[in-house]
Amino acid sequence: MTYIVKPRFHHPALPKNALGYTHRDYEGSVSTLCAGCGHDSISAAIIQACFELNIEPHRVAKLSGIGCSSKTPTYFLGQSHGFNSVHGRMPSVMTGANLANRELIYLGVSGDGDTASIGLGQFAHLIRRGVNMTYIVENNGVYGLTKGQFSATADRGSKSKRGAINADSSIDLVAMALQLGATFVGRSFSGDKKQLVPLIMAAIEHKGAAFLDVISPCVAFNNHPGSTKSFDHVREHNEAVNRLDFISGRSPIAVDYEPGAVEIVEQHDGSKIALRKLDGDYDVHDRRGATNFLLERAAAGEIVTGLLYVEPDGEELHDNLKTVKKPLNTLGERELCPGSGALDKFNASLR
Amino acid sequence: MKPTDIRDPNYFHKVVDCQWACPAHTPVPEYIRLIAAGRYSDAYLINWKSNVFPGILGRTCDRPCEPACRRGRVEKEPVAICRLKRVAADYKDDITARLPKPVEKKNGKRIVCVGGGPASLAVARDLAPLGYDITVLDQDPQAGGMMRTQIPKFRLPDSVIDEECGYILDLGVAFAGGKRVDSLKALLAENWDAIFVGCGAPRGRDLDIPGRKEAAKNIHIGIDWLSSVSFGHTTKIGKRVIVLGGGNTAMDCCRSSLRLGGEDVQVVVRSGFEEMKASPWEKEDAMHEGIPIHNYLVPKEFTHENGKLTGVVFEHVKAEKDAKGRRKLVPSGEPDRHFPCDDVLVAVGQENSFPWIERDIGIDFDEWGMPKVDERTFRSTHPKVFFGGDAAFGPKNIIWAVAHGHEAAVSIDKLLNGEDIGHRPLPAVEVVSQKMGIHEWSYDNDIAGDKRYRVPLRDKVVALKDIRAEVELGYDDALAFKEAQRCLNCDVQTVFESKLCIECDACVDICPMDCITFTPNGEEAELRTRLTAPAHNLAQDLYVVNELKTGRVMVKDEDVCLHCGLCAERCPTGAWDMQKTLIEMTQAGTACRSRA
Repeated sequence: MTYIVKPRFHHPALPKNALGYTHRDYEGSVSTLCAGCGHDSISAAIIQACFELNIEPHRVAKLSGIGCSSKTPTYFLGQSHGFNSVHGRMPSVMTGANLANRELIYLGVSGDGDTASIGLGQFAHLIRRGVNMTYIVENNGVYGLTKGQFSATADRGSKSKRGAINADSSIDLVAMALQLGATFVGRSFSGDKKQLVPLIMAAIEHKGAAFLDVISPCVAFNNHPGSTKSFDHVREHNEAVNRLDFISGRSPIAVDYEPGAVEIVEQHDGSKIALRKLDGDYDVHDRRGATNFLLERAAAGEIVTGLLYVEPDGEELHDNLKTVKKPLNTLGERELCPGSGALDKFNASLR
Repeated sequence: MKPTDIRDPNYFHKVVDCQWACPAHTPVPEYIRLIAAGRYSDAYLINWKSNVFPGILGRTCDRPCEPACRRGRVEKEPVAICRLKRVAADYKDDITARLPKPVEKKNGKRIVCVGGGPASLAVARDLAPLGYDITVLDQDPQAGGMMRTQIPKFRLPDSVIDEECGYILDLGVAFAGGKRVDSLKALLAENWDAIFVGCGAPRGRDLDIPGRKEAAKNIHIGIDWLSSVSFGHTTKIGKRVIVLGGGNTAMDCCRSSLRLGGEDVQVVVRSGFEEMKASPWEKEDAMHEGIPIHNYLVPKEFTHENGKLTGVVFEHVKAEKDAKGRRKLVPSGEPDRHFPCDDVLVAVGQENSFPWIERDIGIDFDEWGMPKVDERTFRSTHPKVFFGGDAAFGPKNIIWAVAHGHEAAVSIDKLLNGEDIGHRPLPAVEVVSQKMGIHEWSYDNDIAGDKRYRVPLRDKVVALKDIRAEVELGYDDALAFKEAQRCLNCDVQTVFESKLCIECDACVDICPMDCITFTPNGEEAELRTRLTAPAHNLAQDLYVVNELKTGRVMVKDEDVCLHCGLCAERCPTGAWDMQKTLIEMTQAGTACRSRA
């Protein structure tokens, strides 16, 4: 780790967003992760995405569990709300927080251990309930904090730093999220911010459960030949189905696109995703097709990245539960204790 | 863009903005670190080697390094480099034992320097230890030239001049004071092996307007008046003084007047306040003492009564651009203004004057009456005669004179060793990694956020009473440490090795100044537009390294790099390293000669 504080000085010509902040204003404290950790790049991508979305930091709640990845919320959005939960239990805290205050932007950051091992059950229910949030898994395929044992997302047949071969089948979290009904699913790579930043922006603006699996090489324990989560391996086998530009809110599309090559996906809040297709046949609205494509390419040893599935008008938990539109902490006595008349009416409805 | 060749000594030298801007190329960050470490003597000797007069320059230098300082682009104000130099001079121990000793057996070559100012003394300093027999001639009884005669004592006490000129004369240099050279022809006849002319620009420009002759008794030429004050011949001036001119001499004149009985001292300049030639800090010092500066006033006439000056009439002007876009002063139409006064000091510029150089001895002069001097070798059209300082290219300042002296000394040394003086030596460059441990460097990479510290001043009332009382007290050691910590260590370079890079982006993410980009290559102008942060400062280079695995290039904009080393700290493979480049200009001696 670095002992010195990152200097406060910044580039004199640094751009400012609509709120007058530079991207430096979205930073947290300096990272204590190993030098070169992919997670730090993802933190930088989250910082960039929030800066570009003109998000007021106090409107964000960042939640995490335990692990290298779950430490990272300390390293970005230093002015936002944070909750570092029990190992694998971030999804239930997230669900509860979201139910209590639906007006915040929820960002869950977790790892392959926290999500695919100890937290798998919680993860499944968070997704299937359609909690309105962005869930980022910083996926490096190893338990870095305990010195590099295979995690549940390590590919069968891949080699550990000490030469052991992984005999267990791996969990593909993207396939799971698709199967469980996530309405926004993508995969990216910490070493490709051009793809990652717009994906995070689109996921944050998405209404419903948005899931991003971000391959994030562990430089200390999983960046060697034989690993399928190393910088070299991912760069060689990265098969991006599309490139996306995120166009926020009401701004008109200023970029000229060749007709046919680009699909514009408009989300519920008016923000648009301009998808430049790289794989001509790939359809981001076909859940079954996406699942098939994913399995087929995985069998060929390729890593499919990009925006894999989106349902722009998805439903979320609050719609299904028909909850009150306002955060619970803003409800007054009148709303919380509507009086005996209301109680009688309610009781009558149950008879 | 082509990959950067970091083996070119100029590449990293340019990154050390202060050193690059210094005419003598003093390794500034190196001595500032030594000051922070309390090693004042070591800091002094680094300065002494490269600029010869650290104590004098630490008080009076025109500091071209400071406007160049990277800190000034990162925050508001540069590091107080000049005044830190003074700290090294003030707090050093006795360093005489560490200076070169007089050479017992001379090499038999005789060199004469005309003028005892900084240029000549620099030549003497460089050549005497090599065994040359040096004689310095000056019209004044003591060595120092304009440093002694024209800089007021309240800015530069005699003790400092005595000490630093003494170090040079103690090298076995013969100084013949009180000896005015009237003929170069006669000097040439004395069969010197080389002659160095460092006689300065000794003539103050006059102002030929009506009333000049009639009121002559109370109109003085600035530099002559200053030297008369310096020798103690002039001890008084009238109560109301007008100083004409906006250069540093004018500032010295007005502040000196205030100490010699002037009560109502005012400076009047032709052009705008912003265009004044005086250094900003010298203007500040004058205004701090309550001296008003009036601008856009052109002197028109000296008024007088019964042969006594009564004042100056000025015409109001304004600046306008002519058809060619050149700035011109034109009458503004406002009525003329009369400033009553008792004395006028004319400080409107200096000129060279060479009445003592015959025009038939092989030294060519140009149409402006300046000798034709080679800009690299400082040799005139006469093979044995060299020029330096103000005498070479007109009025500049001490640090330029020193730089000229070093180069002329190299030329003389090569000439007298039978070498081609047009073949100039390269600087010595030493590049050493600063890595001590995982996140440990042999320099302090934790960037201090402090603003520039002011130099403590003597109480104004006390200072104005005594013309010999130094106004600036200098930093104490605690302030010096804090100011030294503001230095960004620009000589500790970020060196990138693409073979080791895994393109993890860690350096891009951590860089506080967004200096680093990994991107497809392109032409420079286009590449500058698509970096992490815009690279608008074209005076600053882009460091480009190719041969990355993805085929992209690493581009680092040197402009506002803090040299904090975080890129190297966050690099998992050691592709970034912090390496100190110590660049030393080659001076006269064996190193400057070819290795044939």
